[in-house]
Amino acid sequence: MKKSSAVLIAIACLAMIVSLFVPLWTVTLEAPQYPEGLILEIWLNKLGGQVDIISELNHYIGMKKISVEMFPEFEYMRTILLGVVISGLLVAILRKKWLFVFWFVVFFGIAALGIYDFWSWEYDYGHNLDPRAAIKIPDMYYQPPLLGCKQLLNFNACSFPATGGWIVILSGTLSFLVFAYELFFNKKRSHK
Amino acid sequence: MLNLLLLPAAFLAVTIISGCGGKQEKKSVASGDAPGKVYVAPGKLDKYYEFLSGGFSGQVSVYGLPSCRLLKVIPVFAVNAENGYGFTEESKNMLNSTHGNIPWDDSHHPELSMTDGKPDGRWLFINSNNTPRIARIDLSTFRTAEIIEIPNSGGCHASPFTTENTDYVVAATRFSVPIEGNKDVPINTYKENFKGTLTFVKVDKTTGNMGIGFQILMPGFDYDLAHSGKGPSSGWFFFSCYNSEQAHTLLEANASQNDKDFIVAVNYKKAEEYLAQGKGKDFACKYYHNTLDEKTHSVNSEVLSGVKMLDPKDCPGLLYLMPCPKSPHGADVDPTGEYIVGGGKLATVIPVFGFSKIQKAIEAKDFIGDVNGIPILKYESVMAGEVQKPGLGPLHTEFDGKGFAYTSFFVSSEVVKWKLGTWEVVDRIPTYYSIGHLSIPGGDSKSPWPDYLLAMNKITKDRYLLTGPELNQSAQLIDITGEKMKILYDFPTVGEPHYAQGLPADLVMNHQVKVFKLEDNKHPYACLNEKDARVERKGNEVHVYMTSVRSHFVPDNIEGVKVGDVVYFHVTNLEQDWDTPHGFAVKGSTSSELLIMPGETQTLKFTPKEADIYPFYCTDFCSALHQEMQGYMRVSPANSNVALTFSTGK
Repeated sequence: MKKSSAVLIAIACLAMIVSLFVPLWTVTLEAPQYPEGLILEIWLNKLGGQVDIISELNHYIGMKKISVEMFPEFEYMRTILLGVVISGLLVAILRKKWLFVFWFVVFFGIAALGIYDFWSWEYDYGHNLDPRAAIKIPDMYYQPPLLGCKQLLNFNACSFPATGGWIVILSGTLSFLVFAYELFFNKKRSHK
Repeated sequence: MLNLLLLPAAFLAVTIISGCGGKQEKKSVASGDAPGKVYVAPGKLDKYYEFLSGGFSGQVSVYGLPSCRLLKVIPVFAVNAENGYGFTEESKNMLNSTHGNIPWDDSHHPELSMTDGKPDGRWLFINSNNTPRIARIDLSTFRTAEIIEIPNSGGCHASPFTTENTDYVVAATRFSVPIEGNKDVPINTYKENFKGTLTFVKVDKTTGNMGIGFQILMPGFDYDLAHSGKGPSSGWFFFSCYNSEQAHTLLEANASQNDKDFIVAVNYKKAEEYLAQGKGKDFACKYYHNTLDEKTHSVNSEVLSGVKMLDPKDCPGLLYLMPCPKSPHGADVDPTGEYIVGGGKLATVIPVFGFSKIQKAIEAKDFIGDVNGIPILKYESVMAGEVQKPGLGPLHTEFDGKGFAYTSFFVSSEVVKWKLGTWEVVDRIPTYYSIGHLSIPGGDSKSPWPDYLLAMNKITKDRYLLTGPELNQSAQLIDITGEKMKILYDFPTVGEPHYAQGLPADLVMNHQVKVFKLEDNKHPYACLNEKDARVERKGNEVHVYMTSVRSHFVPDNIEGVKVGDVVYFHVTNLEQDWDTPHGFAVKGSTSSELLIMPGETQTLKFTPKEADIYPFYCTDFCSALHQEMQGYMRVSPANSNVALTFSTGK
């Protein structure tokens, strides 16, 4: 593995440390009577934003009260990201290509799992409704979008990466570019 | 004498002109681009806040300028069943006084707190004219935060004008009354027994809390209006007074005999020196001080006693009397602090005093006599100029900071613009009808914002669609940006505004409270969680610790209350979202409703008279299921054995 590749991986890993301390994802909700908007922030270890106010509004349609207990992932997500960062730094130091490929596959696997996990929470949150809800609309479900905007009754819900999410995405992209370079353009020196 | 004839003649003229109004097609007096200048498009915000006193409404109304849209009515000196002010257990103490709990007063002069001689947007002070008090309104919540009673006073009119850095707000008695010793005296002993007082109320720089600093014992005149000096005249205060004749009956004639009454110049820095020297006499009296505790949302009343009274006899150099034609109302200090304008309501000129001339006259002892040892300065020595033939019945003057003054004329019903220094009238504009006070945002400060002038009138007649014999007062917005004044808009007001003050919106908008934080709620009966909602009995008192959140109360079924019980509904609004108040009302309550802001606790006291089921509900449309936000309380006969129970959703 080329030295410059190792430096780039180290930079990607160090940058992801910031993601431990900033929100990963934001869901914003706008409605006619909420011109100022409501924000739900998803961190690696907690929720932020106007969680109680959103829960208060959503109880009419039978959505669950959003709480930290709904996310057992909060217990270990920081540890996992920290593991990716430390192992990535080790890869950069050792500069073994096979080790790097293995690390990259694991990193992307974890990212894919994380996105699936978030989507499945959104699915449950939007579909698993209290049958005693005050407002019931046949065939209407309230799953927020994973990425992009979606109209849910009077609310326009928009879901986008926040600072932490962008850092992880950029770090992932950088890792992918290094991965592609090492695999397809750096064959000659691969056994050095 | 001419004036006494003119006054009724002018009234007659107004009556005749407006009496014919019904038959004539009235032309709009607004012209050109007036609509564009007051139109604030939907969703856009006004440029200025304007605070108008409510007069006999007892309250303060808040308008946006230039749209003249009513933003809010702040309850101050009168109860307000609409939001429970003066009725709830938390707020009722605000209206306590040595005379008991007073549900009404006459609010007169709004005064914004100032820093460096400019309105700073922190507080608004206002006086009550009838039972002497001063209130402080917190402009982050638009709530009355404090009321202090003014002792040794027969009515609080020349109030609550503020000093450049809000060190003091003042109060001067409009009615002189017996102050010392026996008060049970014949009214016709006025001249020997009746006195006035000037009160300097100290204001805490950070909290705004008021306390009586000191009082000055004054001759038995009627003190009318005042203003603090500024710049070169810093440390001085100027009070106008009428009835220097000291009449006690038929004042309209008996108090209008002297050609000149007085503007009293007070050196209050000197007063502080005399106090430090121990010249202030301990003067026994009692007065109430009521303050709103932000943590409990409740008003605490305390009874204070004693003030320090300065007697001018012991304090040379404290006071000077400046003769002022005739029965002056306004005592208005221009932005430079050099000129003091007297509004002699029966005078044929507008007299203007020069502060530097006053200082010279004092130095030269240019006195023409004294009243109880207070020197009277020679009019010609202190007069800087007179505006000749300005109009009839000058009352009050404000300034644009560009060298012009604007004076209201009640009798000739107009605003007159004139130039400081040359004393020439440069423009005049009619008002509809009989203007009292006028207001330019910052118009009594060091640097006015000279866009608009608000004329507040006493007579309305045909200005709006008729509403029977009782009409609202009228106000006109006037553009003062050009050489000529232009009328822009005309609107009815709340109560009878006696003055208004305005300031740029940003100074108030930048520190608005949107919700009260639940974690800061230290109300002793607060219930911060639905799980803790409960009903407790203490003898015949039943305390309901109730929560409200969209769209239910906890508890909403209560049983076991008996006739003879006194029920306290302590309702905490658990919402923490902006603009989500809940209301609370119970059938048969002889009190008001509650209107509870997010995070706040308010208490309704209810004494059911008969065994019955009493419905209660939310009165503020809070959500799509607002109409479902209701509950029941069962009240059983006095001797019943029904157990005290409560629930929601069971």
